[in-house]
Amino acid sequence: MLIFNQLETYLYLALVLFAIGLYGVLSRRNLIAVLISVELMLNAASINFMAFNRFLAPHPAVGQVIALFIMAVAAAEAAIALSIIMAVYRKLKSINAEQAVELRG
Amino acid sequence: MSVSLFSAQGVATGAFFLVVGLTILGALIAVGARNIFHNVLGLALSLIGVAGLFLYLNSPFVALMEILIYVGAITIAICFAVMLSEPLYRPGPPRSFLKSLGALLGAGAVLAFLALLTRKTQWVAAAERSQDWSITTIGHYLLTNYVLIFEVISLLLLVAMLGAIVTARNGRGS
Repeated sequence: MLIFNQLETYLYLALVLFAIGLYGVLSRRNLIAVLISVELMLNAASINFMAFNRFLAPHPAVGQVIALFIMAVAAAEAAIALSIIMAVYRKLKSINAEQAVELRG
Repeated sequence: MSVSLFSAQGVATGAFFLVVGLTILGALIAVGARNIFHNVLGLALSLIGVAGLFLYLNSPFVALMEILIYVGAITIAICFAVMLSEPLYRPGPPRSFLKSLGALLGAGAVLAFLALLTRKTQWVAAAERSQDWSITTIGHYLLTNYVLIFEVISLLLLVAMLGAIVTARNGRGS
């Protein structure tokens, strides 16, 4: 059994990628860096879908279709998030998440 | 099991480890580097690695789309946002050690829990599996079974585009 023909290899790899992305979301303060980490987590989910599609699913087209949908949603999310970051920067002259606390009472 | 290094399988295994290393290294740069531009480049490296993984998962079409959409579009859009926002030479605030430790503990806990879950689960393949991997079938599925999601996604992209324009332009005298 070759290592790239086993489901578990891909699952653990996606898990590591997801954990790295989660660490980035929790620890970074730069809003663009948070967005980058979220993209990593979305990719981990994509790898999981594709791995299940390759090894378990009854029809191999379904997982690929779902991976394509994840990409489209990620593109929409990135466009919205980047425009919000631009608006925040114009307003506060900073993209640090800890300085965007105007709503705090 | 030992595989000869110069057989086709050995070369494929070596290339697989290369792709895995690219993915993990890119992700570490994307999260760990201090310079935001290095983060973006690390993300691009990691996404190219993920595209290689998709090749190993028998899906060249999705691998090409990954490079086209993620590396070609999203990364470049993030580059524009980096250039239009804070100057790169301005040093950021120092990282708080306590917060990094907390984030490490949180991410580590999720990692340990999911790894345990993955190890304990008995994965069962579907009883009857089709061997139809062609791109034609994907296109067929997109326009028959999943046509509603397909249309909703196109609507979502349109709304996101309009929302991004409205949010980012100079409005309301700002």
